[in-house]
This record gives sequence, C-alpha cells and structure tokens, in this order.
Amino acid sequence: MEKESFVKRYGLLIGTGLAVGAAAVLLTALGNPANMGFCIACFLRDIAGALNLQRAGFDAEVGTGIVQYIRPEIIGLVLGSTVIAFVRKEFRPKGGSSPMLRFVIAVFVMIGALVFLGCPLRMVIRIGGGDGNALVGLAGFVIGILIGIQFLTRGFSLRRAHPQSMAEGLAFPVLMLGLLALLLVRPDFIFFSAKGPGSQAAPVLAALLVALVIGILAQRSRLCMVGGIRDAVLFRDFRLISAFAAIILAVLIGNLALGKFTPGFAEQPIAHTEWLWNLLGMALVGWGSVLLGGCPLRQLILAGEGNSDSAVTVTGFIVGAAISHNFGLASSGAGIGSGPVALTVIAGFVVLAAISITNMQKLES
Amino acid sequence: MVDARGYSCPTPVIMVQKAVKDGAPQKLEVAVDNQCSVENVTRFAKNAGYQVQVSDLDGDFKLTLTK
Repeated sequence: MEKESFVKRYGLLIGTGLAVGAAAVLLTALGNPANMGFCIACFLRDIAGALNLQRAGFDAEVGTGIVQYIRPEIIGLVLGSTVIAFVRKEFRPKGGSSPMLRFVIAVFVMIGALVFLGCPLRMVIRIGGGDGNALVGLAGFVIGILIGIQFLTRGFSLRRAHPQSMAEGLAFPVLMLGLLALLLVRPDFIFFSAKGPGSQAAPVLAALLVALVIGILAQRSRLCMVGGIRDAVLFRDFRLISAFAAIILAVLIGNLALGKFTPGFAEQPIAHTEWLWNLLGMALVGWGSVLLGGCPLRQLILAGEGNSDSAVTVTGFIVGAAISHNFGLASSGAGIGSGPVALTVIAGFVVLAAISITNMQKLES
Repeated sequence: MVDARGYSCPTPVIMVQKAVKDGAPQKLEVAVDNQCSVENVTRFAKNAGYQVQVSDLDGDFKLTLTK
C-alpha cells in the first residue's frame, strides 16, 4: 500500500483553513464586525433581517434594526460551491432525507448559535482573537458532538436521499442570485441597518470575491467544523480537524499583526460572559450539527452542490434566526436575551433527543 | 455489497467500518453516490489495510475493497 504524502493528505485542508482565517481577518479589516470575519449564523441572521423577518434593536429614528443586511459572503460561498461542483461534475441534485426533521434541527442549531453569539466558524475565529468565552463555547461544542456520535454509532440516520430534478438542485443557488440582485439594486422594501453590526460591512465586491474563493476551497476540501472533531473521535482521522487548527492559527497571526489580539473574557467584541449559556448554546449546535451531517458552513456548500436537504436546512437557520430575535432568545454583548432562553434551550435538547432516538435503525445494506 | 447510496458522510464510513469489524472480509463491495463519500471510504479502507478500486455503477460509484 502506498503511503499518502503529508502534503497530499493535509495540504488542501490546511491551505483552506489558513485561507479562511486570513479571509476573516481581511474582511474584518475591510469593515465587517469585529471577530466576525464571516460567521455563517450571524450573516444568515442579517439576511433574515434584510428580508424583514426580524428587526432586532429597531430604532425608530433611523427606521431599521441593528442586524439587517444581505451579506454577500453567504451568496459567494454558495455560488463558489455551485461553480466548482459543475466544473468537477459533482453537481448532483438530491434530497428527501427527512427534510422536515432537518428544518426543525436547523431552527434549534441557530437558536443555540445565537445564544452563544456565533456559529462554529465564528467560535474558532473568536478563539483566534483571544476571546476566552469562545473556549467555553468550544467545550460545549465538543460535548454536543460527543452526544451526537453516541447516536451515530448506534445507527442514527435521517435516511437516504434520492436523486432530484435539476430544477430542485438549482433552486437554492438561483435564490442566491436573486439575493445578489436585491443587494445590488437595494430596493426600498429590503432593509439595510443604519447602525449596529448590520451596518458594518466590507465592500460588496470584495466580500463576494473572497467568499467565492472560500466557497471553491471549502467545496474541494470538504471543510467542516463539526466533521473535524467528529472524525477525530470516530475514525482517528485528523484531516478535517487540521483545518480547524489552521483557521485559529491564521486568525491569531493576523490579529497579532494588526494589534487586535486581546486575550480575556470581559469586553470581548460581540460576546457575553455567561459561561453556562455559552456552553449550552454550543452544545446544542454541536449535537444538532452532527445529526445534520455538518456545520452551517458545510450546509451552505452542500446546498450549492444541489443538495436540497441542505437548502432546507439553511432555510431553517434563517427562520431560527428570526425566531431568536423576535422572541428575545438571542444574546447580545450585555448577556443572554430577555425572552424564555432557558426554556427554549431545554426544549431544544428534548427535541434533539427525541429525533436522535426515533431515528436509530439498523443500517440496511 | 454495502449499499450506502443516498447516505451522506459519515454514515457510509460507519457502515463500512461495521462490515469490516463484523467479518474482516478479504473482499468487500461498497456503493456510494457522491465523490465525498468515495474519498472518505477510500481513506478509511486504506487505513484498514485494503486496496481500493473505484468503478462506475449506473452513474454512481462502486468501490471494491480487497486485502
């Protein structure tokens, strides 16, 4: 058996990780909110706001909320994946693997992410920025993944997906083109925050181009934040987790170079110090993402490849973000939300447990 | 034949892992429907000491694992 070289085995993934980290630092320097670079949860939340599905922090004076913007990063990631999938003949429309369960799981993953204030990708970016609260989130994330793995090894599956029409596979990428048109035309009925994080943004073209490149790299390397820890535990396979480390390294170096590395727990950008909720929020994200088969970033990439189950999942993220902000479940720099956060997070664990238990089966060959 | 078509990773790898554990077969055929699973199953199989051959199966992929 020939031995795979280190470069062949890890090169693309570590390269992608470094590129993602560098892109996060670059986009923040170009105007994106601090330690956000590109956070999939935050940016889907902003898109929900732009479509007026939520207007958190609404200010009557300026007429907008604080997190409303069509983030070109999301569009670029999906379309980058679509383009390279077509080039590589990997664009295969498929779906039908428990779409409604995926939608429900996605809603709770997003609620958990917004309790913590970030998806797994932003968690890693926050760690690279010195945010200690993100390490607490990481602990919760690992716990959630370990719980999910217990069900995976006992036959958990959301069942088989089946081939679908080209129209079904293309629906989501085309929707992204529609969002891009709305971003460029900026019609009155689309909301763009006048202040707050939603008003902080890198130039559209720069953000779009960077995201296209990352989308291509992520599709090729199968980069996934959840998969990294999952594969390391399940198969002693450390490829995906090497990208996880590379992102932290790149962000750390970038922040040190720009003098933006500030280690500690208090006063971290767009973060709070309520450790229990940071832990539980990310545990919900970890568990839910294992059930979904990948982190929010990976779901965007799969949706770009024509996987309509992932497209439904992303739609669930957007709805989850709207629910989070409309019912006071999302945290802010001041702490957790004023709504029924505890009740909802507990409900999330109950729902994930119910879905996990009822979908264990003998995997038929 | 382990038919993992329609499943997304890591399920196909878990199915192969189980088949390998249960019988340590000299030869095992695996069907998957996406390139990502081809890569993941191949990597797992090589680590488990198998040689892997990939062929076409009605537009999907058939992996033949041999010791």
